[in-house]
Amino acid sequence: MASLVGSRVERKEDKKLLTGRGKYTADVNFINQTFAYFVRSPHARAQIKKVDIAKAMKASGVVSILTGADIANDKIGGLIAGWRIKSEDGSDMKVPAHPPLANETVNYVGDHVAVVIAESLDEARNAAELVKVDYKILKAVVDTNKAMNSDQIYKDIPKNLCFDWLLGDRAKVKEAFEKADKIIKIDLINNRLIPNAMEPRAANADYNPSTEEITLYTTSQNPHLARIIISAFNGVAPENKLRVIAPDVGGGFGSKIYPYAEEVVCSWAAKKIERPVKWVADRTESFLSDCHGRDHVTHAELAVKNDGTFLGFKNETIANIGAYASVFATVTPTYLFGPCATGVYKMPAAYTNVKAVFTNTAPVDAYRGAGRPEATYTIETLVEKAARELGMDPAEIRMKNFPTQFPFQQTLVHSVDSGDYVSGLKKAMEVADYKGFEKRKRDSASRGKLRGIGLCSYFEACGIAPSPVVMMLGCGIGLWESAEVRFNPTGNVTVFTGSHSHGQGHDTTFAQIAADQLGVPIENIEISHGDTDKGPFGYGTYGSRSLTVGGTAIVKACDKIIAKGKRVAAKMLEANVDDVEFSNGEFVVAKSNKKKTIGEIAFACYLPGTYGEVKSPLPEGEEPGLKETSFFDPANFSFPAGSHICEVEVDPETGETKVAKYTAIDDFGTIINPLVVEGQVHGGIVQGIGQALYENCHYDNTGQLVTASYMDYTMPRADNFPEFDLGFTCTPATSNPLGTKGCGEAGAIASPPAVMNAVMNAIGTEISMPATAEKVWKACNQNKKKNSEAA
Amino acid sequence: MKKVNVEINGKKVIKDIPDHTLLSVFLRDILNLTGTHVGCDTSQCGACVVFADGKSIKSCTAFAADVNGSKITTIEGLAKNGKMHPMQEAFKKLHGLQCGFCTPGMVMSAVDLLQNNKNPSDTEIREWLEGNICRCTGYQNIVAAVKEAASKM
Repeated sequence: MASLVGSRVERKEDKKLLTGRGKYTADVNFINQTFAYFVRSPHARAQIKKVDIAKAMKASGVVSILTGADIANDKIGGLIAGWRIKSEDGSDMKVPAHPPLANETVNYVGDHVAVVIAESLDEARNAAELVKVDYKILKAVVDTNKAMNSDQIYKDIPKNLCFDWLLGDRAKVKEAFEKADKIIKIDLINNRLIPNAMEPRAANADYNPSTEEITLYTTSQNPHLARIIISAFNGVAPENKLRVIAPDVGGGFGSKIYPYAEEVVCSWAAKKIERPVKWVADRTESFLSDCHGRDHVTHAELAVKNDGTFLGFKNETIANIGAYASVFATVTPTYLFGPCATGVYKMPAAYTNVKAVFTNTAPVDAYRGAGRPEATYTIETLVEKAARELGMDPAEIRMKNFPTQFPFQQTLVHSVDSGDYVSGLKKAMEVADYKGFEKRKRDSASRGKLRGIGLCSYFEACGIAPSPVVMMLGCGIGLWESAEVRFNPTGNVTVFTGSHSHGQGHDTTFAQIAADQLGVPIENIEISHGDTDKGPFGYGTYGSRSLTVGGTAIVKACDKIIAKGKRVAAKMLEANVDDVEFSNGEFVVAKSNKKKTIGEIAFACYLPGTYGEVKSPLPEGEEPGLKETSFFDPANFSFPAGSHICEVEVDPETGETKVAKYTAIDDFGTIINPLVVEGQVHGGIVQGIGQALYENCHYDNTGQLVTASYMDYTMPRADNFPEFDLGFTCTPATSNPLGTKGCGEAGAIASPPAVMNAVMNAIGTEISMPATAEKVWKACNQNKKKNSEAA
Repeated sequence: MKKVNVEINGKKVIKDIPDHTLLSVFLRDILNLTGTHVGCDTSQCGACVVFADGKSIKSCTAFAADVNGSKITTIEGLAKNGKMHPMQEAFKKLHGLQCGFCTPGMVMSAVDLLQNNKNPSDTEIREWLEGNICRCTGYQNIVAAVKEAASKM
């Protein structure tokens, strides 16, 4: 049987999704369904003086209205920050209470005040208008840069400072900087983004008074995590009485990793009123209340020698984490950011200092790449600037500082097991026709356009992650992954995984792996995920971890199946177990024609007897059945890397910037399905270009979200892009048997600096993201003015 | 209340519905045709595109009452006799979808494009699909799928 790993297998999940048979949370309805609508704060910061529900309760169709007082009375716990960070001075991070329904204060526009539950959505929405909330409006803190010097939002959190964290060695960096020929400095804003999965968040909770069990359907990347948080921290129901199902999920990009207030409230309310409660966000609610991404203000410096050798790096960043510390809010700008801040380079000394601040804006959490795009944007724009100031080619300065020996002990944390950065960049330059740029630039100039080229070489630490390492660093959970491989008696297979697909194609790629391991046709393999009552506990999908961690768990479970299969085959074939070999789905006794298929073995395991005599095919002491579970905890992160090259064409008359040419060469280790991997890269690149050229979340100075619809927040659309050129290099990961590294985030990590470096190369001026037509036009005009004044 | 008399995916449907019922709500909540998705409510994302009398419309901003008497085709009605439409086949072959949420609207819009232009260029495809937002695919494989479907139709 030909190997499926490495093949462009069409996706198993596509038929249902293409014919309208997908089942998303909003498609689920229960008998006796009620509908929830949330009363949200219209103010960025206010005290709640009184919530009056009397009039609303009398409105048509209202079943129940619940407020912060009710949730406090029922002792429902608050939402949590899942990662404990210590400040440089050794003190613990400071986080405010985050009740699922606000009790005393509201802290961002969209904060949850009450929930109205009615017989129909229309009735719930209409009644919500009648809930009268008396607010004392307070001055909002909005600006990331000024947050530490603004009004204090929470009584116990001075300077609105969650933590002041350091990674690295200030003294060594000082020493390195003293030896430098030149110090390159940069000030950057990593613009705040709104994830915008196309499926708005939703929850539908059903309570069964007979079993006292809650079933929660939710738009989650991580149903097991939702269950443990809603049980152990919110205290809505014990884990064994809470079933969380994430059916088809319409994208997440990080924003659906963890449970939000709405899931907690719907679950709690369903139990309280003994009826199913359904909530589906409208798009504006998504803009207001999904966790946002990025939002850093950074000052960074690079110490270099005149020949381009890097000596040291420092990074001072203020990270806005919004009004409350969301689950991964504190790790995103620290351990996901700091270690990658020195990029793909040998850097003798470095430190990253991050001050995380609270503001009266929506919570900020992991968004595609989570910390690594911010890190890469910083180092890659700084390196490009260094090349400009030293008069070096941007490719040459990168090559000069790449490590060439692996494993490579990276400056701040990681031991990078494998990579070949030189080959990656060389290949990118070849595919992008780097040498031909000047000619294309002249051609653009002949049409009145400014053409620019930009590079980005990146690596990232993903495949998260070794549990003991992350827990040592403050993580509140382990990050292993589980798999259960279950042969059914008739020989087909169900594979349960603790990770969860929300567009990544696990039904297919995981089945490819299992098919190769077990020698079972892919059509006979079903991947099951997203239901806490079906498979074993797992940690879900994010951080490009599902394949490297979850896929490996499948391999390990298959290994156990094969080991048992060998023992059973040996008994059935009257051979020594050491003489039984397994390949292509068959157990064969060496140097003989005696064999059993894996299907026959499965059948024998489930029906271990013989007609007419007392005789079992199972060795003595062997249990019946054929089902194995594996929990895989990797020994290291995985480290995808690559080089992307972007060319833009700017119209100086309008400021419009078009991506003219884009090349991505990535090293993801072993690739299971190139079709799926290319799709991940395309999507990531577009999200990154979105950040660089189009997308920007904007709050006004009172904390009102100005960009709360698709009319105001610019989403990347089909006509914004050329066709991208993709290519791959491969140095297999050594930390997992598949050799895979993960590919989900790379595009969004590499493209913002590649694009921005190209824009700056084109217009000759530093400019912040997003490089909108307005900003670029202004920059071009200022350049014109300067040039004419100089003349 | 309004009486709505329409043909949906070849079947006659007569229902009394509140005047303000959106077509997307009518399809999803009253007829349980949940293949049509709602990704925004401002006619921007295009996940809700269906055909009314053969032309693509955004069902989140049309009243069901306004399409009274029309023939509606939703994503559920595109496959014939269990065989997917060439556009659906092409999306599958070339990985033109990931999470699948925008896909029903994207496919319907793309089919409408080929009704208007049998052999569109890359640029024409990208411009036509400007009203359909996809957050997953980066559009590249969608464009390839539309071209593939054009070559098969």
